[in-house]
Amino acid sequence: MTINKKQQGAELELALEGRLDTTTAPQLEAEVKQIGADVTSLVFNFAELEYISSAGLRTLLLAQKLMNKQGTMVVRNVNETIMEVFEITGFSDMLTIEE
Amino acid sequence: MKELTIEATVENVPVVTDFVNEQLEAHGCSMKAQMQIDIAIDELFSNIAFYAYNPTVGTATVRVEITEDPLSVVVTFIDNGVPYDPLKKADPDTTLSAEEREIGGLGIYMVKKSMDEVAYEYKDGQNILTIKKSI
Repeated sequence: MTINKKQQGAELELALEGRLDTTTAPQLEAEVKQIGADVTSLVFNFAELEYISSAGLRTLLLAQKLMNKQGTMVVRNVNETIMEVFEITGFSDMLTIEE
Repeated sequence: MKELTIEATVENVPVVTDFVNEQLEAHGCSMKAQMQIDIAIDELFSNIAFYAYNPTVGTATVRVEITEDPLSVVVTFIDNGVPYDPLKKADPDTTLSAEEREIGGLGIYMVKKSMDEVAYEYKDGQNILTIKKSI
């Protein structure tokens, strides 16, 4: 998985490419842990993300909890497979998902 | 029927995924079903890697059987680790907010929901977990 990071002022975009699973989730977790207190808007761009497993969901939960304290978090460009995962696990109600 | 016996480590999850995908692609599996099966592999093989032989490392066997009419795949995960039936785990509460959520239990729940059949058996000192899915 590749993480493309773009920060503009207080907005940080993390664009993920590949698979977010047991092997790659620690990579994203390390990124999330580095997010500074100055970031008030976190955007996940999933346009190039193929799928997500529970290890990836755990990392998204970690990011959501962090952003609940300091700003907002949105997830964009979610494909059908990932949307189904979000629906099955109730993450679709917990996350802010945008087109 | 194809079979792969490999060290049960997290690093080998992609090796198992590639092995299964090769069989699926050869049979014209839909992209959607393939991704759901890949997610199931990630959940199940990493579970074996984390828990079956902890703190040592053992091997696991992954078997892929494709049947025609209707086209479907059966993937079997076999390990000789501690007996563990993941299907006994209670389903997580998926209605909780981020703050209330507990980590864990989501993986096997996703497998149950996305596969047509999931079965567990402990036989001759082996954990045998089988998933079945129309492709």
